[in-house]
Amino acid sequence: MKYLEEYRDAGVAEQYLAEIKKIVTKKWTIMEICGGQTHSLVKNGLLTLLPENIQMVHGPGCPVCVTPLNLIDKAVYLAEEKKVILCSFGDMIRVPGSKQSLLEAKANGADVRILYSPLEAVKIAEQNPDKEVVFFAVGFETTAPANALSVLHAQRAGITNYSILTSHVLVPPAMEAIISDEDNVVQGFLAAGHVCAIMGLEEYYPLVEKYTLPMVVTGFEPVDLLQGILMLVKQLENGVAKLENQYARVVPENGNPSARKIIADVFEVSNREWRGIGEISLSGYELRKEFAAYDANKKFNVQIEAATESKECIAGDILRGIKKPHQCPQFGKKCNPLHPLGAPMVSSEGACAAYFHFSQAEYAEA
Amino acid sequence: MCLAIPKIKAIELQYNDTVRMAKVVFGTIVKEASLEMVPAVKVGDYVLVHVGVARGIVNEAEAAKTFQYLKENGEIDELIEHTQVDRSN
Ligand code: SF4
Repeated sequence: MKYLEEYRDAGVAEQYLAEIKKIVTKKWTIMEICGGQTHSLVKNGLLTLLPENIQMVHGPGCPVCVTPLNLIDKAVYLAEEKKVILCSFGDMIRVPGSKQSLLEAKANGADVRILYSPLEAVKIAEQNPDKEVVFFAVGFETTAPANALSVLHAQRAGITNYSILTSHVLVPPAMEAIISDEDNVVQGFLAAGHVCAIMGLEEYYPLVEKYTLPMVVTGFEPVDLLQGILMLVKQLENGVAKLENQYARVVPENGNPSARKIIADVFEVSNREWRGIGEISLSGYELRKEFAAYDANKKFNVQIEAATESKECIAGDILRGIKKPHQCPQFGKKCNPLHPLGAPMVSSEGACAAYFHFSQAEYAEA
Repeated sequence: MCLAIPKIKAIELQYNDTVRMAKVVFGTIVKEASLEMVPAVKVGDYVLVHVGVARGIVNEAEAAKTFQYLKENGEIDELIEHTQVDRSN
């Protein structure tokens, strides 16, 4: 792509940083919603290059991090006791459950497979007609179309030994939960570009208006992030609150209508439990009744007692932007990527892992 | 759950022609991506691919705007004056 390199261009990034420094006069707290953005900000060292007046806090946009412990236990149970071929993304497989992770279950002989796409799981089901295949379908609006499509593929191909264990969460209700909280510190949002690429912008206008809070839909490359921050700081400094789209090369106003239709055909909006945050009403997706045959929850009717969370992990505060990873007493001590106490240390999109990998030395001193 | 913007190399039909898939190249690895969400796509287009599904054609004209934005930011100087006035109040 002609411009792909330019989005990582240090010279352009420096110009954006210089512009931000020029216009900022007050302290602002900005939250990036998406874990991919957190990862990029930390990996590219942008947090240390931004002026001190700009405080970036990291949102709950790491799907693996907000997947409830109970569901991980369910997935482990399906793999171990029901002998299904349990497939998911790499990060999900390493998250500790209350007893073990899927990876540990695999080491103990369960058939657990790391896939790049749920569509591959449908092929595995086709090739293994005598086995049940379950895809652990976690994610935001970004992965919902792929998970929905996997169900449609199975249906079209007449594959009946495939189902999904869903833990789908939605971004706008989580943003609202954060800004309406009495402890909220966030003054402006970088909205998640790839979520908006699917869903479009319509859900964000009412939030901007209701809370008079500026938002800029932003991409993931360093230059994108800095431009997004500049646009947001300009609004904040001028006392403006509107929705802007930095990422228009990927995000059309209406999102992707085909994707939205597939989601709406297969899923319905439901209440959802967010790990570390609690239940948020109408903040997730559940398979529609017509697709009950593909719903692993119904197919296997697994009842598992809710396990209690580790008291040492403060992921709830991290995910709401109230605390930063290095402010967790366990950060880098009892909790590290080899021995994670909580999901934000497991996923590459988790704030704790990002801080640990890329800036351990710096934040360890802070 | 990585994202990439690969080029479409080839298009084929699967599952009794009910599913349209593309071969796309990520660096040196060739993978499949569903084209269900980008019905208008053709070979040679750049698409945003996430977990095996192409979900947007990247718009080159819009891609160039990020760099125009800096140049067009003459208005920033105005803004600085404005905010400095504010501060001295
Ligand atoms: S550093 Fe570890 S224990 Fe602390 S919040 Fe992050 S994941 Fe939890």
